[in-house]
Amino acid sequence: MIRYASRRILELAIVFVGVTFLIYLMVFSLPGDPIAALGGNRPLPDNVVAQLRDQYNLNDPIWLQYLRYIGGLFTGDLGTTFDGASVSSRMAARWPVTITLALTAWGIEIIIGIGLGLIAGLRPGGAVDRTILTATIIATSIPVFVLGVAAQLLFGLQLGWFPVAGVSDGWPTAYLLPAVVIAVFGLAAVSRLMRGSVVDTMRSDFVRTLVAKGMPNSSIVGLHVLRNSVAPVLTFLAIDLGFLLGGTVVIEGIFNLPGIGQLLFDGIRTHEGPTVVGVGTALIVIFLVISVVVDLINSALDPRIRHD
Amino acid sequence: MTEQFVDQRELTGADANRSVWASLRSRPLFWICAVALGLLAVIAIMPGTLAGLLSTSDPRACELSLSVKPPSAAHPFGTDIQGCDILANVFYGARTSLLIGFVATALCAIVALVLGTSAGYYGGLADRIISRLTDVFLGFPFLLGAIVVLNSVATRSALIVALVLALFTWPTLARLVRSSVRSVRESEFVHAASAVGMTDGRILREHVVPNSLGPVLAIVTTMVGNVIVAESTLTFLGVGLRTPSISWGLQLATAQSYFQTAPHLLLYPGLFLTLTVLSLITLGDILRDALDPKGRK
Repeated sequence: MIRYASRRILELAIVFVGVTFLIYLMVFSLPGDPIAALGGNRPLPDNVVAQLRDQYNLNDPIWLQYLRYIGGLFTGDLGTTFDGASVSSRMAARWPVTITLALTAWGIEIIIGIGLGLIAGLRPGGAVDRTILTATIIATSIPVFVLGVAAQLLFGLQLGWFPVAGVSDGWPTAYLLPAVVIAVFGLAAVSRLMRGSVVDTMRSDFVRTLVAKGMPNSSIVGLHVLRNSVAPVLTFLAIDLGFLLGGTVVIEGIFNLPGIGQLLFDGIRTHEGPTVVGVGTALIVIFLVISVVVDLINSALDPRIRHD
Repeated sequence: MTEQFVDQRELTGADANRSVWASLRSRPLFWICAVALGLLAVIAIMPGTLAGLLSTSDPRACELSLSVKPPSAAHPFGTDIQGCDILANVFYGARTSLLIGFVATALCAIVALVLGTSAGYYGGLADRIISRLTDVFLGFPFLLGAIVVLNSVATRSALIVALVLALFTWPTLARLVRSSVRSVRESEFVHAASAVGMTDGRILREHVVPNSLGPVLAIVTTMVGNVIVAESTLTFLGVGLRTPSISWGLQLATAQSYFQTAPHLLLYPGLFLTLTVLSLITLGDILRDALDPKGRK
C-alpha cells in the first residue's frame, strides 16, 4: 500500500510540474505586452516600463520565472497581479461563489442521479427505465450554454421563478437555476452508472437469498441494494466534483455570477498572466488531489488495483 | 500453417462484423440516427442550394428593414438582427460544425492511434512517456486549456479551431487505444503470429490494430459530437470562430443578447446543434452496445 501510494504521489508531482509549466508557458507567451497595456492610451515612460519589467522579473528566461513561481507556491505566495493586488486575495473573494455553485450542483447530482438510477435499475426494461434512459441521453446532448440560456429565458424571464442573473438574492434562489444546468450532465452519468450497478446487484446471490428468506422488498432495497450499488458511483461523483469546480466558466458568464470561472476568463482576456496561472494552478491541484485520493481509497478497498 | 491460421482468424472476424451489422440493423434508433446524420451531411455539402429551395440561398444577403422578423413563408426560420435569413445561416452553420467535428476528430484519432498503439504494444519506456504525457493533458480542465491556447493564436479559422480541439482531445482516445491494444496483444493469435516469425509491423497492421478498433469506433462517434459542442461553446464565449465565419456558436452568442424579444434567434441554431449532437451520441451508444459481445443478445 505504501509503495503504491508513494508511486501515485510521485506521478502526481510529475503531472503537476508538467501541467503548470505548460500553462505558464502558454500564458506568458501570449501576444501583447501586459506592461504596455497598463498605461492605457498614454504610453508609459521607458524608465517606468523598465522598472516594472524588472519588478515582475519579465526579463528573466521563462524557466527561471517558472522556478521562482513554483518556489513562491510553497510559501503560499500565488504571485501578484499587474495592478499590484495579490492573486490569492483576488481568488479568496471569488471562491465562495464557485464552491457554493459546485456543491449545490453536486447535491442535485447525488440526490436526483442516484434516485433516478435506483428507480430505473429496479425494473430494467420497463417504461420508467426507458423514459429515464431517453431523457438522460437527450439531456447530455444539449450543450450547457444552450441549456443555460434557455433556462434563463424560461424560468428567469418568462415564469419569473428565479433571478435572471447575479447573486444578490443569495443561496438558494440565485444558485439553484445555474446549478441545475451544470448538474444535468453529471446527473445523467450518475443515473446510468447507478442503474447498471443496481441491475447487477439485484441479480447477485445474496439478494436472492434475502428474497428467499422472506425479507420485505423495501428493506432489501433500502438496507442492502442501495448500499452495495452505490460504491462504483462514488468514484465518479468524487472526480465530477473536480470537474464542477473547474468547469463553471460558461455558466458563471451566462448568469453573471462573480466566481472563479469569471476571474479566470477576465484574466485571459485582459492578459492578466499571474491571475490566469494562479487560478489554473489552483484548479489543477484540486483536480489532481481528488483523483489521487480516489485512487488511494479504491486501492485500499480493492487491492487488485495496485498491481495494474 | 500460417495460411490456415490467418484464414481462420479472418473467418471469425467476418462473422463478428456480420453479427454487429445484424444487431445494428434491427434497431430502429440506428436508422433514425443514420437518416438524421445523412440529412445533415447533405445540408453541409450543399447548404446554399438547399436553403435556396426553402428560402434565400445566400446567408449574407441581408435586408436591415427585415430585422428580427418571426418565422414566415419567405423566411421559415425568421430573420436575425441584421435581417439575414436564419435558415440559410443555420444551414451554413451545419457545414462549419460538421467540418470542425470531423477534422478535429480525424486528427485526434490519428495521433491517438499512433501513440496509443506504440504505448500499448511496445510498453516499457515508450509506454511510460506517452502515459505521463496523456496524464499531463488530462490533468487540467479541457475548456481552460482550449481558451488559453485559442486566445494566443493570431487567426482563428475553422482549421485552427479544429487543430486546437484535436490537441486537447487525443489523450482520452490514446488512453483507450492503449488499453485496447494491450488486451489484444496478450491474446493467443498474436502470440501465434509472433511465434511463426511475423514482423512487428505486420502483426500490428494485420492483427492488433483491426482487433482493437471496435471500442475505439464507438468513442470516436461520440467524440465528433463532443467536439461540435466544444467548438460552439468556445465560439459562444468569444474565443472560438469570429465573424465572418458562420457558426451555430456565433448565432447563439448574438441570440443571447436579444432572446427576450426574439426567442426564435435562439431556437433554431440551438435545435440543430442539439439534434446533431444527440444523433452522434446516440449512434455512438448503439455502436458500443453492438460491438460489445456481452451486450449482444
